[in-house]
Amino acid sequence: MAGSAKTEKFDNKTIQWINDRLPIFSMMDNEYGKFPTPRNFNYFWNFGAIAMAMLGIMIVTGVFLAMNYVPHGSMAFESVERMSRDVNYGWLLRYTHMNGGSFFFIAVYIHIFRGLFYGSYKKPRELVWIFGVVIMLLMMATAFMGYALPWSQMSGWGVTVITSLFSAVPLVGDGLVTWLWGGFSIDSPTLNRFYALHFLLPFIICAVVFVHVWALHVTGSNNPTGVEPKSEKDTIPFSPYYTTKDSFGTVVFLTVFMAMVFFAPLLLTEPDHFRQFDPMQTPSHIVPEWYFLPFYAILRAFTLDISIPFTHIVLLSAKLQGVLAMFGSILLLLFLPWIDTSPVRSARYRPVYKWCLLLLVLAMVALGYAGAKPPEGAAVWFGRAGTFYYFLHFFVIVPWLGKHEKTLPLPKSIHEEVED
Amino acid sequence: MKKAILFSVLLLTLSPPAFAAGEMPAQHAHEQAELPKQHWPHKGIFGTYDKAALQRGFQVYKEVCSACHAMKFLSYRNLEDLGYTPDQVKAVAAQDAVTDGPNDDGEMFERPALPSDHFKPPFKNDKAARAANNGALPPDMSLLVKAREGGEDYIFGVLTGFEDAPAGLEMQPGMNYNKYFPGRQIAMAKPLADGQVTTSDGTAASLEQAARDVTQFLAWASEPRLEQRKQTGVKVILFLLAFAGIMYGAKRKIWSKLH
Repeated sequence: MAGSAKTEKFDNKTIQWINDRLPIFSMMDNEYGKFPTPRNFNYFWNFGAIAMAMLGIMIVTGVFLAMNYVPHGSMAFESVERMSRDVNYGWLLRYTHMNGGSFFFIAVYIHIFRGLFYGSYKKPRELVWIFGVVIMLLMMATAFMGYALPWSQMSGWGVTVITSLFSAVPLVGDGLVTWLWGGFSIDSPTLNRFYALHFLLPFIICAVVFVHVWALHVTGSNNPTGVEPKSEKDTIPFSPYYTTKDSFGTVVFLTVFMAMVFFAPLLLTEPDHFRQFDPMQTPSHIVPEWYFLPFYAILRAFTLDISIPFTHIVLLSAKLQGVLAMFGSILLLLFLPWIDTSPVRSARYRPVYKWCLLLLVLAMVALGYAGAKPPEGAAVWFGRAGTFYYFLHFFVIVPWLGKHEKTLPLPKSIHEEVED
Repeated sequence: MKKAILFSVLLLTLSPPAFAAGEMPAQHAHEQAELPKQHWPHKGIFGTYDKAALQRGFQVYKEVCSACHAMKFLSYRNLEDLGYTPDQVKAVAAQDAVTDGPNDDGEMFERPALPSDHFKPPFKNDKAARAANNGALPPDMSLLVKAREGGEDYIFGVLTGFEDAPAGLEMQPGMNYNKYFPGRQIAMAKPLADGQVTTSDGTAASLEQAARDVTQFLAWASEPRLEQRKQTGVKVILFLLAFAGIMYGAKRKIWSKLH
């Protein structure tokens, strides 16, 4: 990049002056202007840009909310309520941020599904994928801590359930939980550290997003055929083609998001989110936000301690199994580029994988249902079946298909496929 | 691999089943009656509050509910949203005496409330509230509609759901039967009755009328920016739809050069 900077010519002298010293305009032109991009993206490819827009919206609304928020156990709930009543457009900031979390996850989950369907994680884009998984983990941590900040019944008890998971760690578990809480119960110190981290992590996400996009711009984007561009006929410059297409997609997404903010802002919110946290009173049913439900169901799918026969020595408690499975279910994605050995990227040409991936989506829906319900009756079996398929998919089906699936013939090039 | 693990789990396990991580005690069966759905004028995309109902509802709150229930997120000035003039609000506020201070002598003193003051709570603190209510704590009502499953229908249901306990149901001492309250036993005695509240136009409100009015007042209290939100929303959505249309046109025009 730096080498070519001197040769760039701009009509505007100020821009030229800056660019000779810091070639930021050359960089933008190379990476977002003439950047050669496969010509055959479908609308699934909008969701990277949409996720980026959501990150921006979350940071901007979050900073303004922070100006009115009091991170203290006895004042947090009240400060959030006051800002939605007495701060000009405070209600808008709050509802946008609150629902923005959900829509950020919607965008990112579709983005991840796109990656799974079209094999975007495969060589040479392994690092793009891995940074993506890191972003998702950071988002989950950020969302979880943000959920704590209104200090409602759902906040406090959600924190109780999730932080208590760490007590499953052998030997040091209880000490670890005390350390996380900053005390022997959930109180202001817990809230304060969550607030500090909730403010910090989005900027770390920004940094990882930068690396994610950087790595992407080294390899170039995947596309619906999964066939690499071979000639200039296969690509078009990013601008104006994808700047306009991404803008259109983003505005449509924002329209749906805003319809929710203005007309159904509490659709995804439990009533217990409007009661102040009371450590002495457990709500009858604690549920995390919808985007955590599948993982919450994996956590709860394990109900049997593994013990040494004829003794009461527990080798692996059900709780620890659940915790390991829940974290494992996300961490295994880091290894997906090597778990899936199929040379064909796009599921368009993988007739069996395509259906297995659809089953995975159904398993996630079943898990989401199981996570939302009290652990009894059918919900337990949905949870177990979903968990079983989730791990079966990644540990058995995907590796097996990589070796044995009969794939369909690939198009010779992108432009040939487009012109058909 | 997975199957092997499951199999070994079955073989190894002899200890009684443990609770899974994060598992909570099972919910009690819903023994209370199903809430009937009511029509509320502020629901729907274009729904707005019925200001006359809000004023009548405020009167019910003031005459009945406020004896036990605080509304800590409301100030007297907020009553202007209900259609009261600033002078009327000043007069309403002045009926309550609040503690202020300390003054220059270091003493706390009483003065009539101002529009900028918060609603005066009926009890000094939660303990005083419990002491006066047979151990039960009357919840703050400023967020009640949003903080209860069923919202407006639930509040209306509880207010109209007091009945004689069915034979065979053992009531706890001091509790009252309410068919819509979770568990059907509520500490609050039946708060409203036919003709209990006389509205400003001189007619005695029926129980149902008073319950409907106060529910709408409480809905407003929990979501006072609802009208502003919906009005802004209509403009924002119209703008975004037009913007999306323009962006679609621009995208089509630019992409048409490709083929």
